[in-house]
Amino acid sequence: MTELLSSAPISRVVPWPRLRFYAVWAMVAVVLAAFPSVFTSASSLTTFSLVGTAIIFALSYNILLGQTGLLSFGHAVYYGIGAFFAVHSMNLIPQYGLPVPLPFVPLIGGVAGLLLAILTGWISTRRAGTVFSMISLGIAELAVALALILTDFFGGEDGISTNRTKLPAWFGWHFGPQVQVYYLVAFWVFISALAMYALTRTPLGKICNAVRDNPERVQFVGYDPHVVRYLAFCFAGLFAGIAGALAAISFESANFTDLGWVKSGAVIFSTYIGGTSIFVGPIVGAIFFVYLSLSLSDYTSVWQLYFGLLFILVVRYAPGGIGGTLLMHRMPLRVGRLGGILKTYAIAAIPTLMLVAGFVLAVETIVHHTVNANEDPRIKAFGVSFDASSLVTWMIAVVLMLIGYFVGRLTWQGVTRAWDDARTIASERGIPS
Amino acid sequence: MIPAIEVRAVNKSFGNVEIIRNLNLRVERGERHAVIGPNGAGKSTTFNLISGYLAPTSGDVLLNGEVVSGLPPFEINRRGLSRSFQLTNVFARMTVWDNVRCAVLWASGQRYAFWKSMDDLQGVNERTIRILEDIHLAARRDVIAGLLPYAEQRALEIGITVAGGSDVIILDEPTAGMSHAETERAMALIKRLTEERTLVIVEHDMNVVFGLADRISVLVYGEIIASGTPAEIRNNPRVKEAYLGQEAVDA
Repeated sequence: MTELLSSAPISRVVPWPRLRFYAVWAMVAVVLAAFPSVFTSASSLTTFSLVGTAIIFALSYNILLGQTGLLSFGHAVYYGIGAFFAVHSMNLIPQYGLPVPLPFVPLIGGVAGLLLAILTGWISTRRAGTVFSMISLGIAELAVALALILTDFFGGEDGISTNRTKLPAWFGWHFGPQVQVYYLVAFWVFISALAMYALTRTPLGKICNAVRDNPERVQFVGYDPHVVRYLAFCFAGLFAGIAGALAAISFESANFTDLGWVKSGAVIFSTYIGGTSIFVGPIVGAIFFVYLSLSLSDYTSVWQLYFGLLFILVVRYAPGGIGGTLLMHRMPLRVGRLGGILKTYAIAAIPTLMLVAGFVLAVETIVHHTVNANEDPRIKAFGVSFDASSLVTWMIAVVLMLIGYFVGRLTWQGVTRAWDDARTIASERGIPS
Repeated sequence: MIPAIEVRAVNKSFGNVEIIRNLNLRVERGERHAVIGPNGAGKSTTFNLISGYLAPTSGDVLLNGEVVSGLPPFEINRRGLSRSFQLTNVFARMTVWDNVRCAVLWASGQRYAFWKSMDDLQGVNERTIRILEDIHLAARRDVIAGLLPYAEQRALEIGITVAGGSDVIILDEPTAGMSHAETERAMALIKRLTEERTLVIVEHDMNVVFGLADRISVLVYGEIIASGTPAEIRNNPRVKEAYLGQEAVDA
C-alpha cells in the first residue's frame, strides 16, 4: 500500500508539470506574437506596452509580498532607478556611438535596480514585518528627496527625456513604429515572467515561501531567513528595474514620480487586487489596474475614490484578490455545488448593483456640488445624464442604496449558506477547501 | 568519547530573574535522554539554549565537542542538531510535501540555489517521500499543512525535525495534547526515527519517559537535581521528594 502511495506521486511530480509548463509558456509566446495582428491600432499597442510594464512590475513586487511575505512601501524606487538608467543610457549610447541596440537597454535598467537593491537590501531585510515596511518607506522618501536635489541625474520636476530611435538599429528596426516597441516589450514581458515563474520553483523560491510562513522554523532547518529575504529583495529589484526601463522606452522619458509613493502604492494595489497567493494573480491585477485607470478616468473625475473603495472592499471581503477568489471556487466545483453558488451570486448581484448605482449617483452629485458647483447641473457620469441639483436625483440615490443594502444583506446570506453547504460536503468527503 | 551534547555551567537570566542556574548536562552519543521536571522548571528554556534559540548569559553549550552557544539556530542546525517545538511550528500555508522538502533542502546541499528546479532534485524528492512514509503522511502530501488535524500536524512537526538527517534530535513534548492511543503511536514513531541517533526529549508522560529513555535528568527550578538511569532516578530520594512524589514511586 505504501508502495502504491509513494510511487504514484513520483510519476506525477516529475513529467506532468514539465509538460504543462512548456505547453502554457508556448501558448503565452504564441498569444504575444499574434497580438499585433489582431489589435492593429497603435493605441492598443501602446496600451499593451503599459500593461506589459505593469505586469513585470507587479510580478516583481509579488516576489516580496506574496512569495516572501514582505510588504514594501517603496518598490517604485527600483522601478524608477531602472527608468533613469535606461533614459541616460539611451542618451549616452548614440552620443558615444556605442554598439548597443535598444532591446538591451532593459537589461541596463534591471542591473541598476539590482545594484540598488544589493545596497539597500541588506539593512532592510534584517527584519520582516513592520520594521521592513517602515525602512522601505524611509528609503522611498529618501529617494524622492534625492531625485529632486540631484537635478543633473534626475532632471528635477521635468525629468529627463530621450529619443529611442537614435540608438543603433537592431536588424533594421529603429523602434519608431509602435509595433516594434510592442515586440520589444512583449519579449521582455515573456522572459521576465518566465524567469520569475521559474524562480518560484527553485530551492530559493520554496524557502522564500517557508520564510513567509514561519521565519523562526526556517532557522531550525538550516536557513538564515535574513539571507533568504535579501536574495528575494535583490530579485525583486532586478525585475522592477527592467519594468522601469521598459516604461522609459515606451514614454521616452523618466520623471521623479516614477520612483515616488504614488507608483509604489499603485503596485501594491494591483498586486493585491490580482491576488498574491497565485503566480498569475499580479498579472491579472496589473491588467485590471491599467485598464481601469485608463477607462475610469474617462467616465468620472473621482476615479481614485472608487479605486480606494474597491481596494478596501477587496481587503475586507476577498482577501485572496481576483486570482485567489477564482481559485477558491475549485472546491464547490469538485463537490458539484458550483452551479448553486453561482445562482446565489446572480441573485445577490441585483441588489448589490442597486446599492452601487445609488452610491455612485450620490458620490457624483456631491462631487458636482463641491468641486464643479458653478457648472451646468446636468452632469454626465458613467454615460448617464442626470440633473445633479434636482431633489429626485437625491431621492433615487437614497432609495437605491437603502433597498440595495437591506435586500442585499438577505441575498448575501444565501451566498453564505450555499458556501457552508459546499464546505460541509467537502469536509465529509475529505476534500480540502 | 566526546559527548553529543555537553552543557557546562550555563546560567540564563531574563532581567533579574534567573531561569537557569548552573546547568550541567551531558548526553552521550546514541543515547536517549529524557529531561523531566515540574511546570516552570526551565525545560523549554534549556532546549532553547541548546538549539540556539536563546544565548546563555554565561557558560557554554557544546555540540560534538564544539562550542555552539552564541551561534544562531541555523548554524547549530548545520552542525547536526535539529529540534521540534512544543507548539506545532510548521509552514502553515504550504503543502505537507513542501514542508518536508524545505526541511530536506539544506541538508541535501542545495543552499540558496535559484538555478535548479525543485522537481529535478531526485535526491531531495526521494528523501521527502521516505520521510512522508515514515510519518504516515504519504497520502496527505498535497494537503495544506495548516489544515491538517492536530495529531497529523504533530507527526509533520517530527517529520520536519528528522528530515535533515541530523545526528542529534531534540524533541520538546512531542506528545503534548495527544490522546493515549495517539501517544503510543507517536512514541513508536519517535523510537523508529531516532534509531542510531542521539535523542533528547522533554516529556510529561512518565510511562513514556521510563519506557523510552536510557538516561533521565530531573530539572527543578532551573537546576539539574539528578541525572541517571531510569532505575537510579526512580530510587533517588531527592527526586522522590522534589518531583515524583511518593505515589508515583510506589506505582
